[in-house]
Amino acid sequence: MSKDIIKIEDLKRQFTMGTETVHALKGISFNIKEGEFVTIMGSSGSGKSTMLNILGCLDQPTSGEYEIDGVSVKALSRNELATIRNEKIGFIFQSYNLLARTSAIENVELPLLYNSKVSTEERRERAIKALEMVGLGDRLHHTPSQLSGGQQQRVAIARSLVNNPVMILADEATGNLDTRTSYEIMSLFQELNQKGITITFVTHEPDIATFSSRTIVLKDGSIMQDYKNHKVQSAAEQLAKLPKQDD
Amino acid sequence: MRLLNLIKIAFKAIVLNKMRTLLTMLGIIIGVASVIAMLAIGEGSKESIRSTISNMGSNMITIQPGADDRGPARGSGGDVQTLTLQNYEVIKAQADLLSYVTPVVNGGGQVINGSNNWPSTIYGVNPDYLEIKVVGLQSGSMFTNVDVQSASKVVVIGQTVVDNVFSDGQEPVGQMIRFNNIPFKVIGVLEEKGENTFGQDQDDVVIAPYTTVQKRILAIDYLNQVIASAISEDDAADAVTQVTEILRTEHKLLDAEEDDFSVRSMEELISTFSSTSEMLTVLLVAVASISLLIGGIGIMNIMYVSVKERTKEIGLRMAVGGKGSDILMQFLIEAILISITGGLLGVILGLGATVFIENFLNWPTSVALYSIVISFAVCAITGIFFGWYPARKASALDPITALRYE
Repeated sequence: MSKDIIKIEDLKRQFTMGTETVHALKGISFNIKEGEFVTIMGSSGSGKSTMLNILGCLDQPTSGEYEIDGVSVKALSRNELATIRNEKIGFIFQSYNLLARTSAIENVELPLLYNSKVSTEERRERAIKALEMVGLGDRLHHTPSQLSGGQQQRVAIARSLVNNPVMILADEATGNLDTRTSYEIMSLFQELNQKGITITFVTHEPDIATFSSRTIVLKDGSIMQDYKNHKVQSAAEQLAKLPKQDD
Repeated sequence: MRLLNLIKIAFKAIVLNKMRTLLTMLGIIIGVASVIAMLAIGEGSKESIRSTISNMGSNMITIQPGADDRGPARGSGGDVQTLTLQNYEVIKAQADLLSYVTPVVNGGGQVINGSNNWPSTIYGVNPDYLEIKVVGLQSGSMFTNVDVQSASKVVVIGQTVVDNVFSDGQEPVGQMIRFNNIPFKVIGVLEEKGENTFGQDQDDVVIAPYTTVQKRILAIDYLNQVIASAISEDDAADAVTQVTEILRTEHKLLDAEEDDFSVRSMEELISTFSSTSEMLTVLLVAVASISLLIGGIGIMNIMYVSVKERTKEIGLRMAVGGKGSDILMQFLIEAILISITGGLLGVILGLGATVFIENFLNWPTSVALYSIVISFAVCAITGIFFGWYPARKASALDPITALRYE
């Protein structure tokens, strides 16, 4: 029985806009176990982004309980949240968010710069290892402008791995990529998941969900569906089925 | 370790924006360079005034009659006849802080040698005069106390007088000249001293025993001045007090009455003239400081732009674990690095400008170490002061909003 990485209990989040109160999340409960690959789906306005912000410790719930790796987030200060993000979460964004004119290796090192327990040598070593894991061992010193979209996203994935997080949190990570490249990226995610890394993938594309082991569908701030996917598709196989590229 | 990382990050941001950083620095560079150059000019002119005055005898003390305000109108010092030969003798006898004392009587007149003539000033003094004025003779000899007692008609003349009345290159020593139609024998020629800071020709003088000048030329029995030199420069102030007390007793002044004479040391003269140049220095530095201030505002401006431009980067840094304080430090260090580098370049440029002014404009300059230290410190403070607000703004950003910022 693997342990729960994420525990969410009756979580609510509301925003006050002028005189109106918007209920973005209306009492959500779920757990994520170690080694799961979960997609959180929902159309815009479903509370998906709010969910992502809270899962990523960028935002705090109005009420309810949120625990990540045994730490209750509710009472933490801004600085403590930053430390949680630094040590427990790996972020991947739709637009990669790499630092321009900065080499791949320096981009990957970034989270470790904010962790004073990691020495300069160890930082470099871990960044190289992370880049090798995503298949960019030969592009350590390329800057983002010298890399394709898929490669940039791989750098971002390496960056999310470098601090050995308990969970990778991806926000529409294939949204900016063509089908072929997004299958490549999904196949990489599956590979990482095989190695035991917990992944939470927020998306609105239904076909992405077929690659994950579990899907949570949000609608209007509540969970509409939460089901296990017993027939997980292999992204690598799908990639092989795609017609050969013209060039 | 952590601070070192932040310095690296800030340094990288500066290097990535070389041109912009350099332009931002320009304000600081010019500000610091001008502060240093202005102070160097100010210090230089102060020193040149000081050295000119020292040349005139730095421990010289001047005693003049006058400063008498008992009447409704103040008379000028020269017209007053309160300084007598007896005063001089008492001072000479009692003031033990003085090493040399001489009475001075002076008057204008025409120096005539054959067909040449030249308007000059004759000073009646005793042989101490040369010691007090720190001047030697280039030829001949000074008159002696015997000449003073006998009121001999001998003179020692300055180079300007020689040039004008001995125009044919004749050796002046041993020749006879006339001053206001009274014949004098030239027994010596003073060393050339040139013009002083105030443009006065120090070689345009005729020196004779004071007794001779009093009796034969001016027909007076009072003195225009007494000049003396203190035994050392440090004793000058005490000597002034001593002479003042002696003269007050001599003049039988009551406690409530003000001095009817004035005693001044060269030190006071120096400070009078220095204060003028100090005023100028303050003005120059004020102008230079304004450019430093504008440089600081330039830094603040560029830091604002930088924070705005890099909002998304700030969001990312926060998302991967950068704390507010890390972001604050990053931008603050960046601002300080810009201002300190600018300051350093400014110091170099300022020193360069000073060398240029000294060698090509021939203005006296003197770089004071304190000016470098101060302008450098001001730079660092400028960086902190003007970097703080933009950095604070960056650190207070909400990571969610910052990440979504386009």
